[in-house]
Amino acid sequence: MIQGRIHSIETFGSVDGPGTRFIIFLQGCAMRCLYCHNVDTWNGQRGGELRTADELLDQAERYRPYWGDEGGITVSGGEPLLQMDFLLDLFRKAKARGMHTCIDTAGQPFTRREPFFGKFQALMEVTDLLLVDIKHIDADAHQKLTGCPNDNIRDMFSYLSAIHKPIWVRQVLVPGWTDAPDSLRRTRSFLDTLTNVERIEVLPYHNMGLYKWDELGIPNQLRDVQPPSEEDVQQARAILGAV
Amino acid sequence: MNGMNRDAAWRSFKGVKWTDDVNVRDFIQNNYTPYDGDENFLVGPTEATDKLWGKVQELQKEERKRGGVLDCETEVVSGITAYGPGYIDESLKNLEQVVGLQTDKPLKRAFMPFGGIRMAEEAAKTYGYEVNPKFHKIFTEYHKTHNQAVFDAYTPEMRRARHSHIVTGLPDTYGRGRIVGDYRRVALYGIDFLIEKKSEDLANCGCGVMTDDIIRQREELAEQIRALKQMKEMAKAYGYDISNPAKNAKEAVQWLYFGYLAAIKTQNGAAMSVGRISTFLDIYISRDLAEGTLTETQAQELIDHLTLKFRMVKFARIPSYNQLFSGDPVWATLEMAGVGMDGRHMVTRTDYRFLHTLENMGPSPEPNLTVLYSPALPAAFKKYAARISIETSSIQYENDDVMKPVWGDDYSICCCVSATQTGKEMQFFGARANLAKCLLYAINGGKDEKFLTKDGKHMQVGPEYMPITSDVLDYDEVLHRFDQMMDWLAGLYVNILNLIQYMHDKYYYEAAEMALIDTDVRRTFATGIAGFSHVVDSLCAIKYAKVSTIRDESGLVVDYKVEGDFPKYGNDDPRADEIAVWLLKTFMTKLRKHHTYRNSEATTSILTITSNVVYGSATGALPDGRKAGAPFAPGANPSYGAEQNGLLASLNSVAKLPYEYALDGISNTQTIAPETLGHTESDRVDTLVRVMDGYFKQGAHHLNVNVFGVDKLIDCMEHPEKPEYANFTIRVSGYAVKFIDLTRQQQLDVISRRAHQKM
Repeated sequence: MIQGRIHSIETFGSVDGPGTRFIIFLQGCAMRCLYCHNVDTWNGQRGGELRTADELLDQAERYRPYWGDEGGITVSGGEPLLQMDFLLDLFRKAKARGMHTCIDTAGQPFTRREPFFGKFQALMEVTDLLLVDIKHIDADAHQKLTGCPNDNIRDMFSYLSAIHKPIWVRQVLVPGWTDAPDSLRRTRSFLDTLTNVERIEVLPYHNMGLYKWDELGIPNQLRDVQPPSEEDVQQARAILGAV
Repeated sequence: MNGMNRDAAWRSFKGVKWTDDVNVRDFIQNNYTPYDGDENFLVGPTEATDKLWGKVQELQKEERKRGGVLDCETEVVSGITAYGPGYIDESLKNLEQVVGLQTDKPLKRAFMPFGGIRMAEEAAKTYGYEVNPKFHKIFTEYHKTHNQAVFDAYTPEMRRARHSHIVTGLPDTYGRGRIVGDYRRVALYGIDFLIEKKSEDLANCGCGVMTDDIIRQREELAEQIRALKQMKEMAKAYGYDISNPAKNAKEAVQWLYFGYLAAIKTQNGAAMSVGRISTFLDIYISRDLAEGTLTETQAQELIDHLTLKFRMVKFARIPSYNQLFSGDPVWATLEMAGVGMDGRHMVTRTDYRFLHTLENMGPSPEPNLTVLYSPALPAAFKKYAARISIETSSIQYENDDVMKPVWGDDYSICCCVSATQTGKEMQFFGARANLAKCLLYAINGGKDEKFLTKDGKHMQVGPEYMPITSDVLDYDEVLHRFDQMMDWLAGLYVNILNLIQYMHDKYYYEAAEMALIDTDVRRTFATGIAGFSHVVDSLCAIKYAKVSTIRDESGLVVDYKVEGDFPKYGNDDPRADEIAVWLLKTFMTKLRKHHTYRNSEATTSILTITSNVVYGSATGALPDGRKAGAPFAPGANPSYGAEQNGLLASLNSVAKLPYEYALDGISNTQTIAPETLGHTESDRVDTLVRVMDGYFKQGAHHLNVNVFGVDKLIDCMEHPEKPEYANFTIRVSGYAVKFIDLTRQQQLDVISRRAHQKM
């Protein structure tokens, strides 16, 4: 029986995909985003709880009455694409139960190499929607911000566009790091090349996750960064064409 | 009744039954028009509304400045005809579409000694007023009050139980309230017809054999008829003759309000609900609109002004009362929506107009606006209510789908969550029993963990059963002793209430309200439970973790050490939730065994209002880890910090409690940060509607919805003087308050309940 390493559950997700959703947070992420508000999900080898797809879906069923016509399950993280076998099992079973499936990913594990790519292709057959984070459009800035390159992530966007898989694109707005109008315009130009973008969201950076860095004793470079002003958020939304 | 008056007043109304007998429901079902549209027809406030509301806000500001009371009567005993006319402001009185005040001046608190003279004096004194000493003599030497009568009859055991707060908040120092007169009757029939009907009842009361029941019934009917006559006199002072039915919307609103005014001039019950008036009034407004004698602006103005009057209801209270029910509430509860027995929804344009008062005059705790919710209500109305909730946090929702099978389609909410059939039922309100303390008595053999006798020993309040002597608590042993202790508590509690209700009927009878209720009235006997979540979690801790006792030098258990994890109520975890269901069913079943006064039907609620703070402060440490003196979770809410799986898991746990065992209501209060509802305004509205649909579809009973972040509460607590906080309203267990009117301890309590906010 395949088990997933589960960080936590949120029964009331209303900002991670359409409708009201059951959110499964997976443990483990290879990115080291400076503004991460879930640093406690980084470690993929330890922490969290091992659970099977059926256990999780049985639990999710309890929240169907709240879903309305649009809701369903969203797998977030951590980085869901690091647990491909589990995710595939989970979504196949979710589809069999008639649930809407959504992945909240930053795309970091994406590659067209095997064994990943074959699994990813199979996964896309049982995935209704992806929420894809754009950490930063520029390679250098991306590396600085996340510790990872972004060429494979851009490749994932292209692939998803080619297969017309619907995506919502999300940009976290971190003052001084991701809010430069020029780079936002470049992001917009990139998104304009895609066929599958259903919605763009700007998420203002918040520092409510800071305490987790402190608890884990990880130094945080953004300690003094304050959430963006309402005007900056509006400006970013205007540039990106976000809701 | 004068046939011509009646034909003119009832022109174009349909139906027959309601014209012969008092039957407001039949009138409503024959004449109301369901409205499926949206809120676009609504209009803003008139200049008159702005002026009057502006004046009332000035007075409220002054009231706060003077420590909570603007003015207090010291010379006149309140009664239906105790005062001549009073207006919000003499210079603005022509602007008032709906007239009538409790006393001669706005926000002036009446002197109401019949519940208890000492309380009435103390209330005045607290705010710097001295009641004329002659009243002390009158109400101690010449006439008894309810309070004195109750204390004359209390047994020593009852006094101890009251002292230790295992039963508490009892209506033995104030009016029991929770009786909703069918104030609509005044508008539909006029007073003369109602007198005629009550006189017939008096003539047909008994066969001539004078048993206790018949004697009492005859006396009560005579009092009711007297009250009806006084209502006419009161109205006359304002220039209105309410002998005959109301002829148009303005009169209907005014007649109805006079009925309610009679109630709040004579009774200072904790809850003085208005009832289900919205659909009823809509019939009159619709007729006038169709006849071209009323515009939408005038219709809204009528509803605004009526609401303004409900916002002004005040009673003089003593400090210990204010601790129980903080923020000066009166529960002028007013319902809207619901679905009729024939399947037609009962949303009307006037339901929108009442909700719109929160936009026209800003948020307000009163009237306690209550939406009788069903997923089957029209989508536009659900969205409008949700939007107003998000903007004002001033609405509560109660599940019509679970109440309708029990109470029909013309029930009112008589307090926060308690349904009664309008005009057909009354309730004996009975506060609540502290089941958390009862669990501690089970462990300590009936000795109180907190209250001591004069010689410093733990007071023996409950029966001297065998205490638990082991160091580690055994689930089966605790459960067995708890069951015995609940048997004792249920019996004592019912008997205390029997005594209180008896005396209240005798010394503080609600003649004005009962005059507007059928003579052959059905009575419910409302009990309540406090400390619910803590008992559930404590039993879970004992069952699933290791709980060791910590004893003081006398050997009494005063604290607990818990090792290991245990399931908690509020996570949709069947292990905890099954215990919650068991607890409710068990206590209710025990209550039902006992005789209840006037053959009433025993019910219970899981509702604490703000008294969760007071009950908590009187209760020692519990096996669930709650520290001695810490507040209980309010109502049926899970304990603070227990909810680990988000809002919906918490709602699912509460939804499992069977309403059939808590017909007096199951209160749940939730605070949601706006950003967790969605990114855009329309997302937020849609999410809130989905939450309520999902919750109520599962048979849950009640939801108080607050939408704001914790940061706003903290800022409001630190800067109450900011103008934007003057009317900042939040829902607490079963009612709404202005946040600035809570004590600091209660403010902290509200803040510490983690708002459902995703980190």
